[in-house]
Amino acid sequence: MVEKILEVKNLQVSFHTYAGEVRAVRGIDFDLDKGETLALVGESGCGKTVTAKAIMRLLKVPPAEIKKGSEIIFNGEDVLKMSKKRLSSFRGEDISMIFQDPMTSLNPTMTIGNQIMESLKIHKKLNKKEAEKEAIKLLELVNIPNAKERIKSFPHQLSGGMRQRVMIAIALSCNPKILIADEPTTALDVTIQAQILDLLKELKKEFETAIILVTHDLGVVANFADKIQVMYAGQVVERGTRDEIFYNSMHPYTWALLSSVPRLNTKGKEELYALGGTPPDLILPLKGCPFSSRCEHCMEICLEEKPEITKLSDTHSLSCWLQHPYAPKTERPAVLRGERDE
Amino acid sequence: MEGISKDKFKKVPMDVSKGDTMARPRMGYWQDAWRRLKTNKVAMLSIIVLLTLIIMTIIGPHLNGYSYKTVDPSKVNMKPNSEHWFGTDELGRDVFSRVWQAGRISMIIGILGAIIDTIIGCIYGGIAAYFGGKVDNIMMRIVEILISIPYLIVVILISIVTESRSLGTMILSLTLTGWCGMARLVRGQMLQVKQQEYIMAAETLGVSPWKIITKHLIPNVLGIVIVAITFDIPGYIFAETFLSYIGLGVQPPNTSWGALASAAQQNFIFYPHQMFFPSLMIALTMLSFTLLGDGLRDALDPKLRQ
Amino acid sequence: MNNENLIEVVNLKKYFSVGKDRTLKAVDNVSFNIKKGETLGLVGESGCGKTTCGRTVLGIYQATAGHVYYNGKDIHAMNREEKLKFKKNAQMIFQDPYASLDPRMTIGDIIGEGIDVHIKLSHKERQEKIDSLLGKVGLNSEHSARFPHELSGGQRQRIGIARALAVEPEFIVCDEPISALDVSIQAQIVNLLIKLQRELGLTYLFISHDLSMVKHISDRVGVMYLGSIVELASNHDLYEKPMHPYTQALISAIPIPDPKIEDNRNRIKLEGEVPSPINTPEGCKFMKRCIHAKEICGKITPELKEVEKNHFVACHLF
Repeated sequence: MVEKILEVKNLQVSFHTYAGEVRAVRGIDFDLDKGETLALVGESGCGKTVTAKAIMRLLKVPPAEIKKGSEIIFNGEDVLKMSKKRLSSFRGEDISMIFQDPMTSLNPTMTIGNQIMESLKIHKKLNKKEAEKEAIKLLELVNIPNAKERIKSFPHQLSGGMRQRVMIAIALSCNPKILIADEPTTALDVTIQAQILDLLKELKKEFETAIILVTHDLGVVANFADKIQVMYAGQVVERGTRDEIFYNSMHPYTWALLSSVPRLNTKGKEELYALGGTPPDLILPLKGCPFSSRCEHCMEICLEEKPEITKLSDTHSLSCWLQHPYAPKTERPAVLRGERDE
Repeated sequence: MEGISKDKFKKVPMDVSKGDTMARPRMGYWQDAWRRLKTNKVAMLSIIVLLTLIIMTIIGPHLNGYSYKTVDPSKVNMKPNSEHWFGTDELGRDVFSRVWQAGRISMIIGILGAIIDTIIGCIYGGIAAYFGGKVDNIMMRIVEILISIPYLIVVILISIVTESRSLGTMILSLTLTGWCGMARLVRGQMLQVKQQEYIMAAETLGVSPWKIITKHLIPNVLGIVIVAITFDIPGYIFAETFLSYIGLGVQPPNTSWGALASAAQQNFIFYPHQMFFPSLMIALTMLSFTLLGDGLRDALDPKLRQ
Repeated sequence: MNNENLIEVVNLKKYFSVGKDRTLKAVDNVSFNIKKGETLGLVGESGCGKTTCGRTVLGIYQATAGHVYYNGKDIHAMNREEKLKFKKNAQMIFQDPYASLDPRMTIGDIIGEGIDVHIKLSHKERQEKIDSLLGKVGLNSEHSARFPHELSGGQRQRIGIARALAVEPEFIVCDEPISALDVSIQAQIVNLLIKLQRELGLTYLFISHDLSMVKHISDRVGVMYLGSIVELASNHDLYEKPMHPYTQALISAIPIPDPKIEDNRNRIKLEGEVPSPINTPEGCKFMKRCIHAKEICGKITPELKEVEKNHFVACHLF
């Protein structure tokens, strides 16, 4: 039996703005098992980062509001009911986060050594010497050459890839059980991206850390995630294991996401598959399926009622009216099927 | 799931031709700023206080029928009463009328001074920022030299040279070096805006330098300049008050808040009300402008925009 | 296809002085040409000088040495009138859709700015033109009174494209136009660029670090490393038969959205990071990270030579 370490139940987050209430996350549920990697995939504004921040309780209240009825349970403990004191040990020791832009998340006036040691001193109660030793060990762990010299450098003296490594070292300093990675490679070049992903994979094996990877890039997910959760307009539209999503996805939005990534085996200047339009403004009440306005297979019912969750297997489920017995048979798009036979 | 009729499952044709539509109401920059300012109670209260003060400086001297300069030896040093609302001074002049007359001078100096220093500062700073390099270097060194001269010396020198202590010379001597701060601010802001990609976009389009300054650079620093103006006005009022207090300011029979306070100081122990009213006005004005400036900064700062 | 070169870049250099005796060679001896109606892709990691190269080609930066010919005319030696005409013909689409639109101007005025400079139109004609441009990029006249901060990233980038199109250019430098956008929106923008090229016969210099998108839109692709082009070939040749070790590594690092391929893929791992472009030593710039490095690589800077027909590589292995 695998151990569940995080349960999110009916999470709803709203932001109060001048124009009205923006319902950024509209009731999502998911579990995270020990040592597993879950990817939250979707376009910007779909609520994936908000979800991640809600789990860390990093949202500013107000303007944000986590609605009543939402539950985030870490190891049997409700995160939403934690005291300030518990929260500060929770962040860091149990769960930590790395961000998209490593430059803005590091303090420019402190050496990277001190920044790593800071959390070690607070959470692990190490003295200065021990902390420094540990910091060097961590930097070596994330493959930073000359760790002994490097702990004296400032963030601006490092390249983007190096900074992201430092961020990972800080995040891992107290062996958290969950690591939330919010677009960790988006700001990096391809070759560096590959290095960072490899590093995360290694660390995951070594520490059995569960990772929640937030990204819009399905290429990154393909070699990294165990489970994938596709989000749209604050809701989960499809979830499944990596193979189920890549080879057997049934939701038109997942199809769209998968087909809009250019493939290297196409000839040049073909039209890419592109989703028309933009995601709905979350300030509006959503009637029916949130994706209906951009969906090729949109039916009358989609405009009127929210689709229910259909389970295809223990791990694979989706919300789409196409799964209803009355719906016309719809095949996966050719681009995606072709790949499966390869 | 049962009660759904079969014909609901017909395909609806996609309509993507109409392009994107907007869900939210239109909101311009100034509209947005005003909306945010309105929610700031302190700033709104400051606006009300300031408007009242300004209106009173216009109509106040005529309200109770006593002129600010009429001397009445029979009614010296009276306490506030139903006839003389704020009492009278040692020459029997009505303090109520005098306070508002004085406020006129103080307000004029504050507002006029701020306007003049903004105009000079914007032009000077704008030129330095746009041309950059050597021009910028020389112009900024000049500013630094000017800023290092104490304004008291300038004021004394000007009043000696022009042999006058009128309102005009006072504004002249205060703004002579007063614009330097604004010039520095404008230059710094414009340098920042100049780095933006939209300036480069305008240059690739072949837009002339003059148009780039007026259409891109100035509108983008305007918010910060407005905030600076609201902080400048109380600065000028205070400078004038201080000068009048030490006797370098406006001369009788005309008066200002500083001059009133200075005159009242000699009898302060016996007739504290003569000191109280002008001091209250100074404090109210300074406080309101400063609080309004704070509110405006919050409202106009693009970083806080959502 | 018409075979005349619209853009010819010859030995272009752009150096920046960064303090005493320190020069940053952002663009170092780059030559290429672009035919009319063609798209040349320029890829490389951040800091390789591709953006500087694009800006120098447009004359935004003054070249340190070398020439850029537009229709046979050197753009760095143009008089004022010719320069203004060149600015009408050659436009740019910027990377950051947030910084490239003036936050205080309405969308209509942003698009209309170029029209006011180059094409004299009456107020009504101007508005009609703006509306038609908005339609071309998939927005509508409703947007013209809006401000940039009210639009999403993809919508803003389309405004950037409309602004460039407003002056009816022949040549557009697309400087990472999609890197700040979501995947599904990237596809929209790339499709739009391809459609506009077909309709208007545009010529593109497409700068990006995303190799798969570059492959999609380009006819030929140049790979830049530390200010120099290391490989230049047709789209097909470059991705099927990459020759330069750096190109090989780059292509193998592209993530592929297919777990089975990803799991069984042999990555060429590049150790370390791109070295600093300040005061680079003689020799091949890629030497320190190259697994095939030989003695000669440290001594002589390899020249770009034609190894196969229309396939140029700068490497001593060939």
